[in-house]
Amino acid sequence: MDTREAPEKRHTLSILVDNEPGVLARVAGLFSGRNFNIGSLSVAETTDPLVSRITIVVPGSEIILEQIMKQLRKLINVHKVIDLTDQPRVERELALIKVKGKNGDRAEILRIVDIFRCQVVDVSPHDYTVEVTGDQDKIEAILELFARFGIIEIAKSGVTALPRSKKGEKK
Amino acid sequence: MTAYTGAKIFVKCLEAENVDLVFGYPGGAVIDIYHELDQSDIRHILVRHEQAAVHAADGYARASGKVGVALVTSGPGATNTVTGIASAYMDSIPVVVFTGQVPTPLIGNDAFQEVDIVGITRPCTKHSFMVKDTKDLVKCISRAFHLARTGRPGPVLVDLPKDIMQTAADFSYPEKVFIESYQPNYAPHQGQLRKAFDMIVKANRPLIYGGGGIISARAADELTTFARRLSIPVTLTLMGLGGFPADDPLWLGMLGMHGTYRANMAVGNCDLLIAIGARFDDRVTGKIDEFAPNAKIIHIDIDPSSIQKNIQVDVPVVGDCKAALAKLNCFADGLNGRNWAEIRSEWLGIIQEWKSTRPLAYCQTLDGAIKPQCVVEAIHRLTNGEAIIATEVGQNQMWAAQYYHFNSPNSFLSSGGLGCMGYGLPASIGGQLARPDRVVVNIAGDGSIQMNIQELATAVHYNLPVKIAILNNGYLGMVRQWQELFKNRRYASTNITAPDFVRVAEAYGAVGLRATRPNEVEPVIRRALEIDKPVVMDFVVEREENVYPMVPVGQPITKMLLV
Repeated sequence: MDTREAPEKRHTLSILVDNEPGVLARVAGLFSGRNFNIGSLSVAETTDPLVSRITIVVPGSEIILEQIMKQLRKLINVHKVIDLTDQPRVERELALIKVKGKNGDRAEILRIVDIFRCQVVDVSPHDYTVEVTGDQDKIEAILELFARFGIIEIAKSGVTALPRSKKGEKK
Repeated sequence: MTAYTGAKIFVKCLEAENVDLVFGYPGGAVIDIYHELDQSDIRHILVRHEQAAVHAADGYARASGKVGVALVTSGPGATNTVTGIASAYMDSIPVVVFTGQVPTPLIGNDAFQEVDIVGITRPCTKHSFMVKDTKDLVKCISRAFHLARTGRPGPVLVDLPKDIMQTAADFSYPEKVFIESYQPNYAPHQGQLRKAFDMIVKANRPLIYGGGGIISARAADELTTFARRLSIPVTLTLMGLGGFPADDPLWLGMLGMHGTYRANMAVGNCDLLIAIGARFDDRVTGKIDEFAPNAKIIHIDIDPSSIQKNIQVDVPVVGDCKAALAKLNCFADGLNGRNWAEIRSEWLGIIQEWKSTRPLAYCQTLDGAIKPQCVVEAIHRLTNGEAIIATEVGQNQMWAAQYYHFNSPNSFLSSGGLGCMGYGLPASIGGQLARPDRVVVNIAGDGSIQMNIQELATAVHYNLPVKIAILNNGYLGMVRQWQELFKNRRYASTNITAPDFVRVAEAYGAVGLRATRPNEVEPVIRRALEIDKPVVMDFVVEREENVYPMVPVGQPITKMLLV
């Protein structure tokens, strides 16, 4: 069976790793060395300064995902790997979008900012810089709407995520 | 507590790990370590090239079952180890490689003999450390040994900046190493094993396919007991050779690209494949979707990532091969006395038929050129099948695998996964040091022996009586074979010249012998075995002999080219 032809799906992996130099290189190197793709990657320290959380979005079939997770768990610096894809989760990405703001467009841009509940974080006579937080669909939607004004630059944080707490459960 | 320098702590750590032997090459960055090492009881073997230090440590590890240790300097010393490390990684061999590094304040400054060896070797080590504080030295070294030898074994690199080795710290070696994020699962799941066992009992045409995991888990006895008890035929990968006695009637020979006809046919026709400590490598499976097409598959392996990687299996069992086989033997104890030989007679009969119609074969005439297979068979005969055999890579390796019938584990030293030419000679040196009591023969080709021939000096210096059998055909034989079969005999760059190996041997202070005719083969081997020194035997063999059977790349393994 050619395992690489099974249907692809977007997976969000949450990985707890030692907060040490070189660990991100090990994780990223594993993906490149084994020919796995990375959709996005974000990493930051957790409340435990010895541990970092890496959130990686990967496209791949179930079989590829199983292999990716096993390979990740094999890394000595990796403590935990969770696939959040099929469980309730909060998933967010932050985007900073610098959009052209010509005179006739400025009001419309602000209306869109309002509708999407995002914020203008910088302004000049020629452009706005807008901060959007949300899931990837929301960011894509606003980018689509901004496209006609002209997008000058964009910076995205990559997805970060946490599983949702179970509701109604006693602590 | 007394404080010691890092270099002294390094030596004390090796002593705590019962390391008796280090293969290495000194240099500026490790001069403090060598200064301390020289004053200890640990024996240092000075190789002639750092790649050989790692191959020798690897050969030592394979022959002894212990962790092999290599020590080299920074920069080129470190980069020269990469091939050796990659080979040990592919074959899951426990090796700890210590590399010198420039002093910490200079790291990243492109200092003299600086290289980011941790970065370079990240994809081909099980793990690696750079020690940035002398206080962490013991932790890093104890973890390195623990990681190298436990779980699925492998090479671990420890990078030692020079100033760390000069600074003082306390020394206390941990009794036990605990790494929270590293807990290999040794105990196989009982339910899965039971399920596997029930399938084995019900199967009509079961087949055991074992790999290097049998050797590293020291599971050869358990495997042999299990196969014999339930009369299940056994095939092994290159890495598994010696894991089941080749003189047993249930033995099928190696499988895969150059496997025996009966082993490959058994894979194609079995209804249950029991993979133990093997990883379904492409050289074993051939065309993967036609591998064992009629079989349910049980896969026992300590490494979860080996399971469902190349092939979907029906019963995965994560755990130690030895523990799993011991449990399967317990289950077998509980069976009422069925006559398994009789139950299996039809299946074993079919296999016997394959064996007798298509045995491993070559044709040696008395007045023709020496056939390389004949040399390997003669070595087998004259060493009673009890030698440790190292190989280089290529035709020599395949003929050694096919014609030296291994009866015991830790007897075959060969670079399987990486297929690393130049491995055999240093590995045989490591093997000889691990087992001074055994005859060690390196079966080599005239191409690959030239890749680390300088290690003859090491063998001579330490008077290691390794025997080097060069199957000299004047070609890079395996590539030439492919060119003959698939590239219209256009021998692009495979016609390789060599020095006079007899004189090379003599120049190094070893003994050189040559055989050019079939009737000279045995006398030369006999003579070599009598000499208590390194001996190079130059067998001038048939130039265009091929390794058969052969499965062309991309074909199912039942579609073999035969003699």
